Order: sequence, then C-alpha cells, then structure tokens
Amino acid sequence: MKIGVITYPGTLDDRDAQRAIRLAGGTPVSLWHADDDLKKVDAVVLPGGFSYGDYLRCGAIAAQAPATKEVIKLAAQGLPVLGICNGFQILVESHLLPGGLIRNEKQHFVCRDQKLRVENNNTAWTSLFEENEEILIPLKNGEGGYIATDETLKMLEAENRIAFRYLDTNPNGSMNDIAGLTNERGNVVGLMPHPEHAVEPGFGPDTDIAMRSGVDGLKFFQSVLKMAVNS
Amino acid sequence: MPKIIVEIMPKQDLLDPQGKAVANALQRSGNREISAVRIGKRIELHFDRPITDQDMENASAQASSFLSNDVIEDVVAITKED
Repeated sequence: MKIGVITYPGTLDDRDAQRAIRLAGGTPVSLWHADDDLKKVDAVVLPGGFSYGDYLRCGAIAAQAPATKEVIKLAAQGLPVLGICNGFQILVESHLLPGGLIRNEKQHFVCRDQKLRVENNNTAWTSLFEENEEILIPLKNGEGGYIATDETLKMLEAENRIAFRYLDTNPNGSMNDIAGLTNERGNVVGLMPHPEHAVEPGFGPDTDIAMRSGVDGLKFFQSVLKMAVNS
Repeated sequence: MPKIIVEIMPKQDLLDPQGKAVANALQRSGNREISAVRIGKRIELHFDRPITDQDMENASAQASSFLSNDVIEDVVAITKED
C-alpha cells in the first residue's frame, strides 16, 4: 500500500512520517506541495512543521497549495487523510475538519510526551485501537489550542467526531480537551500530537516498562494499512 | 499607489494574549487610563491601475475566505485608497 507524504516549504516531519509508514509495513511516497499529482497513493499524510513559515495563519497558505486542493477533492471520495500538528492545522484551514487552532493558552511552545484517550476507533487511522484506549505520544506545538463555536462543539460531541482527547493535563487550552478530530465518514483524521515520533523502540516516549520504548503511534499507520488489506 | 486595505481583528469573545501582554506593559509604564489592548492585522492589496468595483468584490470574497478565518477572526473593514 502506497501512502503519500506531502512536503510543503517549511515542513519538518515528512521524513519521520515516511519512516513510520515504512515501519508499519507500508510504502511511503514523497509528494510535493506544488504538484497536483498525488501519484495514485492509497492514503495521504500531511506532516508536521511550519508550512510557509506559519504566515497569515498556521496552515492557511498550505491549504491553497495544488497538492492540498487535490487532497480535498479525493478526501470527499473517501481517500484516507491523516493531518499531524501543522497537518491538522492545514485540514482545519481546508475546511476538511471544523474549528480553528490558536496560540497555546499559556503562550509557551509545549514539548512533552502526552497521554491521550482514543475516543473514536471507527476511523481509517484508529481502527486498531480499543475504544477509550489510553496512549502516549509526543506533543510539540505553539498553536495547538482548539476552538470552535458552541454549536460545532455540540455537533462534534453528538456525532462522536472527537477522535482523541488530552488526558491528565490539557497542554494548550483546547476546548473540551480536544486533541484530534475526524470527519463524518472517518477517513479524515487530524490531531496535534505526533504519532510518527512513537513508532520504534529506543526512540519513543518513556513508558513504565522501559525508557523510550513507547510505540503507540505505530497503530495509526497499521490501521490504515489493515483497511487496504480488507478492502 | 491604489490599494485595498483589509483590516482583521481577533473575535471579540476570544482571548487576545498579544493584546493583553501589550496592555500590561503599557500600564506598567504609567498608562493606567488604557484599560485593554487588542491587536489585529492590516493587509494591503496593491494595484498598478485604478481599483474597480469588481476588485472590491473580489477583495471582499478573499478577505472572508482566505485572508481571515471566521472561526477566530472578524473582517472589520475593507477600504480603498487611491
């Protein structure tokens, strides 16, 4: 299965995302923001970083890129799309997911291993998790405060579209402790924390078992690969 | 130079941390009569020819769809300068 990873000017974590896809058993395909050819990939990852220097608003300019326009089109047909951190911001600015992301409540860039609860395991990227499974993956952002209107929040809660919630501590002031969302169909998922940084023993978050042994991020990529095998 | 000026402010009910920090600094330096500060954006669209009604309409569409995000910001003014 081919999973594309889009690189924008200012993207940082494209290589890590490609590595995570490889470790999960998929074939990563490098995609370029200015190219509207998605090379017939079976899924797409919008990686983290600071696309276009976060100019105007985080993700706003990337949302206008030719590759993103193609992602918007194919997502409507069911293409699995995962937006991580800046990728989540791009999904929000592209209106594939509702709401907005603003500067962290306490103004600081936050970098920590973050506990999350998987609230919806019925998506393309979370199907291998148990419902309400608690996972630990790195979080690193300056503008990760999720906001939305009361009406949108009610809809997200009612339709079970909050895919992940922060546990123990809310690192950025996100409303309803929202760490990540899914669309109605479950093929588009976006979250602020970074699953691609918790995929290989020795390089992940510390766990109770051993230092840097956390690999909870791997299941995101394995979930989408499993879907391809089953279809 | 003819230009269209788009002014954008963070939504009224949204915390504007930048403005709050600046307000605190102003008050510390003695400007106690300033009760609050809010910081927005001014975006200038420049033209090499006179601005038409069509340009204004287009700027207005871009202001609400791309230049601002209506979840967090309001477009407060779109003006023309010849």
